Amino acid sequence: MTRLVMGPFNRVEGDLEVSLDVADGRIRRAEVSSSLYRGFESMLVGKEPLDALVIVPRICGICSVAQSAAAAAALADSVGLVMPRNGRLATNLIQACENVADHLTHFYCFFMPDFAREAYAGQPWHAGVAARFQALRGNALADFLPARSSFLRVMGYLAGKWPHTLALQPGGTTRAITPTEKVRLTGVLREFRAFLEQTVFAATLEQVAALDSPAALYAWAQQRDADFPRFLQVAQTLGLDRVGRATDRFLSFGAYAEDPASPAFFAAGLWTGTAAPLDPATIVEDVSHAWLAGDAALPPMSGETRPLADGKAGAYTWCKAPRYAGQVVETGALARQILAGHPLALALVREQGASVVGRVAARLLEVARLLPQMENWLAEITPGDAFCAQWSSPQQGNGVGLVEAARGALGHWLRIERGKIASYQIIAPTTWNFSPRDAAGQPGALEQALIDLPVAVGDKNPVLVQHVVRSFDPCMVCTVH
Amino acid sequence: MNLFWLQASGCGGCTQSMIGGDARRGVLEQLASAGLEFVAHPALREESGEEALDVLRQAAAGTLPIDILCVEGAMLRGPNGSGRFHTLSGTGEPMIAWVRRLASQARYVLAIGSCTAFGGINASGENLTEACGLQYEGAERGGLLGADFLARSGLPVINVSGCPIHADWIVDTLMTLAGGTMTADDLDDLQRPRFYSEQLVHHGCPKNEFYEFKASAQKASDLGCLMENLGCKGTQAHADCNTRPWYGVGSCIRGGFSCIACTEPGFEEPGHPFMETPKVAGIPIGLPLDMPKAWFVALAALSKSATPKRVRESAVRDTPAVLKSKGPRK
Repeated sequence: MTRLVMGPFNRVEGDLEVSLDVADGRIRRAEVSSSLYRGFESMLVGKEPLDALVIVPRICGICSVAQSAAAAAALADSVGLVMPRNGRLATNLIQACENVADHLTHFYCFFMPDFAREAYAGQPWHAGVAARFQALRGNALADFLPARSSFLRVMGYLAGKWPHTLALQPGGTTRAITPTEKVRLTGVLREFRAFLEQTVFAATLEQVAALDSPAALYAWAQQRDADFPRFLQVAQTLGLDRVGRATDRFLSFGAYAEDPASPAFFAAGLWTGTAAPLDPATIVEDVSHAWLAGDAALPPMSGETRPLADGKAGAYTWCKAPRYAGQVVETGALARQILAGHPLALALVREQGASVVGRVAARLLEVARLLPQMENWLAEITPGDAFCAQWSSPQQGNGVGLVEAARGALGHWLRIERGKIASYQIIAPTTWNFSPRDAAGQPGALEQALIDLPVAVGDKNPVLVQHVVRSFDPCMVCTVH
Repeated sequence: MNLFWLQASGCGGCTQSMIGGDARRGVLEQLASAGLEFVAHPALREESGEEALDVLRQAAAGTLPIDILCVEGAMLRGPNGSGRFHTLSGTGEPMIAWVRRLASQARYVLAIGSCTAFGGINASGENLTEACGLQYEGAERGGLLGADFLARSGLPVINVSGCPIHADWIVDTLMTLAGGTMTADDLDDLQRPRFYSEQLVHHGCPKNEFYEFKASAQKASDLGCLMENLGCKGTQAHADCNTRPWYGVGSCIRGGFSCIACTEPGFEEPGHPFMETPKVAGIPIGLPLDMPKAWFVALAALSKSATPKRVRESAVRDTPAVLKSKGPRK
């Protein structure tokens, strides 16, 4: 048995170390470690409740708005505040803008550069793929980065700036856009649709959203001159649709509600072969393998985060181990699209389980589904109607905010006592996906996904491990917070 | 010039903001065309694991020159000075040890963002992680590297503060360094580049008419001035956000919410709720910088008496009351 430590992993958001036990050319055991502890949950205690809106986005500069949305939702929940329709539409637009931008930042900057590696130099597709996607130098960046900057004007108009906005409030949003801003925003979305349809897909968004099976997906990708099809062509030759399977239990907190009475655009739930309603009361966080004090796994409303200065036997990370009804689950775009009932996502997972292809395809599929929906939300905004209901801070209250960040289910659990925050617990998407073992010894999702991957003797940087880890689009800064 | 980027205890938001900068073919090509090459960047370079560590080791040993060391994120010295709240993955060593090694080799050292400059949000609350900046702890000189630290060029740490930074603040600083024209005179008394820190967020504020008449917002999404009631520190904050909009169109104030002075040391612990203005006898405590208090109070009282009805009404609405045009001349 040899031990291979891979770190700093890089091209993930934050600090990641993966330790692998390799025997007979295959990974037998993986330990995933987050090496940074900042203590945001402690910072929040004693603060005025609305201050959470300033503090939590600063957990993460790529999921900033998702953290804000979760805090705003938890605060609203604590007093039963409902936002006006314009505020809901603007909130959806702001969240969707971040999620779409994040999916593409992941694809172009974090994920695709691995295919330009020297390790693939013998492949017939390597020269073209490297020219297109190499880190820092690939010519895709000259297309993607300006398109992303232009798209972020959605944030400029609706949220002032990104990352780290205060536009998302418990009662709605702070900027009541004017008729001219609505027209400008329509132009922004139209330009971004053109970028997606030319450069990312070489197809209309509606054609991509209509793909309903792996066979249809690969047939569509054949000979198509655009970046997502390029990935699919390479992934087929490498068999990446059969690599990276974790638990095949998928969690979504639901995303893009339009009003409290209707179901969310992407439904919430747990999928283990069939979809079941979401039951957040079954969520606990275990600290048995984390450098944190505590014995029993605790539900987040009564959770705590107490770092240990001197380490702990058996612990290997700062990350807690969240469990849903005692089980390890996976979250992210693939989970969302499965719970949303999208035929392509369901077929990918039913045929082969979750995989590198499944996770990446789900992200791009989601982009194709979200942009048209953003166009609809924008069209429905009525300048002149209210965007924000008035908040007033309660003396007591409990609130839960469950949202979907780009990377998956994000939850905030908040207790207010005597007008101040008494407790604040956060479970981020990558906390689920990159969780360590729990007290029962169950490895987390990535720790399972890495098992049995081949590692050649002397290879310190096995490419398949690179692909599988990044297929989850990890955000390590959110993970520990 | 070799750009060496290290992520310390940060959120990565400064990098996310930087790559959103305005450039026809993207910021990375813009920097490359000025001769600025990233030899290390945790979010952007290909190297992973051992490959990435090799680059760090060569740089620490001086065999790979570091022209510009950019650090993004605070220095965590805890627990108990050990630095173990943040270890560099793959090494088991505290990040602060690596920062010290690399800073000693660099021609220029840049603190990217308020976390790296002063400690930032990490220093909020009890600061159990003992977070500080590269050369400052809050507003106090010292930090991790100490008050006497000078990079090999002879300059102290350049504090490109902000939370996050505006993309231009880092791009323009790098371009100035690439052009060889940065001197100590270009930095203010907190070592921030004066090209943006000499402005106040107040300059170009879109709510100027409301400020003029002290017609103030009372709740979120009101159009009025945010200073009197909702905690806005734009009159005190050093940054050019309202003359250099974000993504060409936005700023915190344009977005309808208060400036929290994120370029300043200690912004993370204002000593009052962020979105409330602390007052004594109804008068805001934090006044515009360098303005005599008694005159400010007198001026404010007169302004309120002169407020046009339209402005007074609009201040507490989310859409403006209309200014009627005079109609055709007779």
